[in-house]
Amino acid sequence: MKAGHKFLLGAVAIVAAVGFMIAQGVKETGVYFLTPTELAERTAADSSFLNAGVKVGAKVVPGSIRRDETSRQIDFLISDGVHQLPVSYHGLVPDTFTDQQEIEVIVEGRLGRDGVFQATDVLAKCGSRYEAVPGQQA
Amino acid sequence: MTLLGQFALWAAFLLALWTAAVGFSGAWRGRPGLALAVRRGVYAILGALLVASAALWYGIVTHDFNIEYVAAYTSRNLPKPYLISAFWAGQKGSLLFWAAVLGIFAALAQALTPRRHHGLLPHVAAVTSVTTAFFVAVMLFGDSPFARLAFTPPDGRGLNPQLQNIGMVLHPPMLYLGYISITIPFAFAIAALLSRRLDAGWLGAIRKWTLVSWLFLSIGIVLGMWWAYVELGWGGYWAWDPVENASFLPWLTMTAFLHSVMIQEKRGMLKRWNVALIVATFLLSIFGTFITRSGVIASVHSFAQSGVGYFFLAFLVSAGILSFTLLYTRWPELEPESRLESTVSREAAFLFNNLLLVGIAFSVLWGTLFPILSEWLQGTKVTVGPPFFNRVNVPLGLLLLALTGIGPLIAWRKASAGNLKRQFAASAAVGLAVAAALLASGMRDGYAVAALTLAAFVGGTIVQEFWRGVRARQRMHGEPAPLALMRLVGRNRRRYGGYIVHVGIVLMFAAFAGMAFKVDQEATLRPGESVTVASPFGHELGFTHLGVSQYKALNRIVSAATVQVTRDGRPLGVMKSEKRQHVDSFDRPTFEPSTEVGILSGLREDIYVVYAGSVGGTEEAVYRFTVNPLVWWVWFAGGVLVFGGLVTMWPGASTPNERRQSQSGYEVPLAEVRS
Repeated sequence: MKAGHKFLLGAVAIVAAVGFMIAQGVKETGVYFLTPTELAERTAADSSFLNAGVKVGAKVVPGSIRRDETSRQIDFLISDGVHQLPVSYHGLVPDTFTDQQEIEVIVEGRLGRDGVFQATDVLAKCGSRYEAVPGQQA
Repeated sequence: MTLLGQFALWAAFLLALWTAAVGFSGAWRGRPGLALAVRRGVYAILGALLVASAALWYGIVTHDFNIEYVAAYTSRNLPKPYLISAFWAGQKGSLLFWAAVLGIFAALAQALTPRRHHGLLPHVAAVTSVTTAFFVAVMLFGDSPFARLAFTPPDGRGLNPQLQNIGMVLHPPMLYLGYISITIPFAFAIAALLSRRLDAGWLGAIRKWTLVSWLFLSIGIVLGMWWAYVELGWGGYWAWDPVENASFLPWLTMTAFLHSVMIQEKRGMLKRWNVALIVATFLLSIFGTFITRSGVIASVHSFAQSGVGYFFLAFLVSAGILSFTLLYTRWPELEPESRLESTVSREAAFLFNNLLLVGIAFSVLWGTLFPILSEWLQGTKVTVGPPFFNRVNVPLGLLLLALTGIGPLIAWRKASAGNLKRQFAASAAVGLAVAAALLASGMRDGYAVAALTLAAFVGGTIVQEFWRGVRARQRMHGEPAPLALMRLVGRNRRRYGGYIVHVGIVLMFAAFAGMAFKVDQEATLRPGESVTVASPFGHELGFTHLGVSQYKALNRIVSAATVQVTRDGRPLGVMKSEKRQHVDSFDRPTFEPSTEVGILSGLREDIYVVYAGSVGGTEEAVYRFTVNPLVWWVWFAGGVLVFGGLVTMWPGASTPNERRQSQSGYEVPLAEVRS
């Protein structure tokens, strides 16, 4: 076999391995990213969906955060304007996480049978984080 | 001043359009006067952009809050150094920064390129000008930094507290310099294709530029990691966030190019591949900007969602189509001059290195875009996170690490068994010894053992190279070892500089492996209460909460929580973590509170303390304590990497030895490319 062919074989093996790892990786670590409405529809259609880990992106309902600092427990509501979803989280949240205004959050975890979303991770993104609106403050 | 700024932008835009139109038309062929005019167009564009930048800077420094940008990113009480960084802290300012720096690089490329390559320069001017015109157009028709408000607020909103950090002053410009400087090699590649001057000449003309981009990208990425680590407070330095990935992508393809170009120089192979890599690197740098600005993918780093992203998408798609079409039309002229002779050879090792780098880049790109791709294909957004990237990239990275040891030492064309034994036997033994020691000491994380084993192997090969080089000089010239080492590196800067970069990479892999053993613990403590954490090196770390104090500083109100830290009962010191509420000059709060973490850095591990707040205004504090092994080594490795990069590109006369080495297909001595 010529060296060029042998190299091609090795190259194909690498490309195939990368492709396979990507496909497997997506299958095993991919997480649905849904709105509260989509989550409600999916679980209504198929209750086994309750076991799937999902990410939900929505806005924090202003004034809904209940914190218990001693046990580091946080409960709050998120909403996409149609559906409200109660979320429960144990741990520390980022500084950006407040209910002063409607901030965007992404919560990762699973929906419990009691309808409360048990989050394992809370990411907060504030729209005015890097782009402040001058008129509002002044 | 905004009028002047806006006017200067228009001037730059029209000049750039003219330069690009004439440059691409080729009308300058046989008309030296017109060719010179095209090249001078580049200087004129730079002049206009510098005026525009000065106008914006003037507005920032004089606190002209009627300018929307100035009001949005600065305030009267903002510390002075951050007034400078406010220039690029926001979207609009960073666009102007980008255009101005591109103007500088474009002018340098025109001024510094040796006469021999002057035939390429009008086309180079055309490519840099069309890119500049694009950035200026985004400002003129999308998002102008000189937009004024209908009223003048008494004070500005101030700079986001997380951006008030020395890392954030330096990280974006470094990354931008990397992104922007890629335009120059890209412009030369396109110029070579357009003018059909496809010998190795254009590679010689861009060698320094590719190293410059690579170096700035590397510095930018490492500074970004450092900023994330000290400022964001989640206890790590790399989260596979889309914006981080976007900066990693061009670095990967540029690294691939720096390696594959050696194969073209030596053996006349991979010509098409090299052009494709440069084009891909340029497109990825634009893609990075697109990701950062468009908000198409949710990221903690991104600018607010804005229509500006679609300008970038349009530019990205058209630049991609045009470049690859051009490459296709020149395909037959890029025929390789020789063929691969063996899969056990340096050529093959470099080819595999390239495949792995591009494979990593592809998987990172795929994972970054997957939320969008899955929504298109299946109608549901599916995201992948760090588990995906680590799963795919850790094995590929380890293979690449092994090649880092093999590539530089294996023989060209076809390696004999004797060559392999002579070059690798000792280092392989070192690697195996390290593996045995790690397993014996009870380390069971497979990837960490593999990473440290390979790091030892590669480290062994590099030490061996330096050792042999120094010994040879000692024998031939009778020099003492330190002098021999200096001269060895000084006279073969590219080769030994490259080895130093590899040392940085090896150290970085070893340091990354350390993160597999990080531990953390959250606790709510009253003053006097304490908690213990078992460190990965087998120590017991104790944290005793001392109290929370409040005070007012320059532009913020600070709550500082302090803890006494002990290791195995012996006191290590007192650490402090702060919650900061930034205020404007009227003492009204701006932004949400931000956290200032406490870090006690050591050679073996970092102790990382986050004060997350107090319970109902009392001194009972909520903490997270994290022990991060080997983090110090990441920053040290970054320094080594940069030092090695500087060595490879340091200007200086080449030695006869170097000229002989570089004769086949690579005729440009270093001295002629330098300034």
